[in-house]
Amino acid sequence: MTDTQTRGRIVVQLIPGLASLRKRGLAGWFAVIGLAMVFVVVLMTATAPWISPHDPNEIGTGPVLGPPSLSFPLGTNHLGQDMLSRLIWGGSTMLQVAALSVLVCFIVGVPVGLLTSYAGGLVDRSASLAMDSIYAFPGLVLAIAIAAMLGPGVVNMSLSIAVVYVPSYYRIVRSQVLSIKELPYVEAARTLGASGRSTLLRYILPNVLPSVVAVATVNFADAILTAAGLTFVGLGLPISTPDWGWDLTYGRRLLPSGAWWVITFPGLMIVILALGFAFVGEGLSELLNPKLEQ
Amino acid sequence: MTLRSYVIGRILLTIPMILLLLTLVFIIVRILPGDPVLVHFEKKATPAMIEEFRHQLGLDKPLEQQYGDYLLGLLRGDLGKSMADFSSVGQQIFTAFPATLELSIFSMIIAVLLGVFLGARASRSYNSVEDHSIRVFGIVSYAIPVFFLGMVFQLIFGIGLHILPTGGRISPGMEPHGLALGDFRFSTGLYTVDSVLEGDPSKLFATLRYLLLPSLTLGIVLSGIFVRLTRSNMLETLRLDFVTAARARGLSERAVLYGYALRNAFLPILTMMGLQFAALLAGAILTETTFSWPGLGRYLVDRIAFRDYTAIQGAIVFFGLLVALVSLVVDILYAYLDPRIRL
Repeated sequence: MTDTQTRGRIVVQLIPGLASLRKRGLAGWFAVIGLAMVFVVVLMTATAPWISPHDPNEIGTGPVLGPPSLSFPLGTNHLGQDMLSRLIWGGSTMLQVAALSVLVCFIVGVPVGLLTSYAGGLVDRSASLAMDSIYAFPGLVLAIAIAAMLGPGVVNMSLSIAVVYVPSYYRIVRSQVLSIKELPYVEAARTLGASGRSTLLRYILPNVLPSVVAVATVNFADAILTAAGLTFVGLGLPISTPDWGWDLTYGRRLLPSGAWWVITFPGLMIVILALGFAFVGEGLSELLNPKLEQ
Repeated sequence: MTLRSYVIGRILLTIPMILLLLTLVFIIVRILPGDPVLVHFEKKATPAMIEEFRHQLGLDKPLEQQYGDYLLGLLRGDLGKSMADFSSVGQQIFTAFPATLELSIFSMIIAVLLGVFLGARASRSYNSVEDHSIRVFGIVSYAIPVFFLGMVFQLIFGIGLHILPTGGRISPGMEPHGLALGDFRFSTGLYTVDSVLEGDPSKLFATLRYLLLPSLTLGIVLSGIFVRLTRSNMLETLRLDFVTAARARGLSERAVLYGYALRNAFLPILTMMGLQFAALLAGAILTETTFSWPGLGRYLVDRIAFRDYTAIQGAIVFFGLLVALVSLVVDILYAYLDPRIRL
């Protein structure tokens, strides 16, 4: 029950927040523009079967390496596939990988951070050390190592990205818990006989979550960029899945022919999606920490 | 706490971190599902061949013994033998490293210069159109995949305008050899330094031409964080009393901005340079692949294509150790410059 209550409260807090976003200056604008960018991409991906003019995988739909024209507005690639259709379909992998890895990070990072930092002592210190070791490691390198071992696939790719970013969630939760658990209202709750469990869930968690949401939004951008990076080094999904990262990767080999359209459009789509999330994250973290921007 | 005891404590803390890191890599490569040998051959070998191969690489030993061998080997500086060509992985990594180091140094210089310049400008024109555009630049630079930016530069400056090379470190035959005095030879592997040592300006010019696009690409992507850091630090400092006092004494705005406010931002910028080292290496992997730059990142990516697991593990361990070492040095430097850290 506590759980649904907490969730409900956060949603209720977010809605008026959204409505008044634009009144909050630049940070609000960042959040609104970012949300719009993400929304457009999600909408395009969701409606792909209806709006895509051709089959994204059909070879020889148009000429080989045809520049943008009236019938193929974004040109065609070396297999004569329609780049516009590939663009429309290609976002779904990225969105799936990003959403799944953020979800895994959330499910692992938040409880681990809550429990170990609330427990304190040796548990806290060992968890900190382990998380700091992962955090210090170059993220892409770690993701490459794991993805290379697990092999291709949406789930494997998401897992290898999640491992890299769990420490970010853990760290923000830990720093929040450490400061919140000493506050008078938490102490009051404990004095009145609240159990450890209910102190954590009802008094600490609701105050930790907003910062986690800000981290998660920025993390969406990170996950998208890491997924694109993994694809670029050859650890992406099978060729049969239309994917911006893959088009960009293959487009590198076509560069000497001057086929700018093969890389430009998928590249811009990745930028738009990552930028959308980065804008939302920037806006949110500023709105949640008004002290930063005075 | 004295500086000495801080340094000792910090070094002691690095040891378990490195051990954890090594164990993590071991777990990833040996214990996660997916047999390196099987993946390497992709079912094209007879069981006997696979057994033989496994034996040669020591993969038929019990896991705890493999772990011991792996740690002992690392202590001796031995990163194992490549699964692709059975040569020493350590040797290959040391050959590739200078190229990555050179690219990283130049990218970092560009990132810091660009970031500090833009950040300072933004803080001077706080809340103006210029400030907002610079902030947006900071976020955009963060959201661009480094290899996409690299390819756009290749398209514009290499393929479109034909003014800069699109790949490689230098044209064949132009490699600088470093200092040669009679029989004494000395080279760093950093082409800029080597061509200066050799005293050949044409080689230095060629080196810089090849370096420009890759380091600009990586530098721009990394500059965002420095823009943000410089801007917020300077904004904070500009509100302090001593800045008001300096202005009241009639100092020019320029002197206040660069002499007072920017100086105070140096320490956080230094720390950020250390923190960004990991991001720099990750970016270098993708940049090197984009520009066919023969460094460590490209080595790693090539070995992924071959499914050469010992080489992948070696390169990853090397990256990890490098990052641990740099963060140790930065922390010590920081404690030396700012005594409050040691408290």
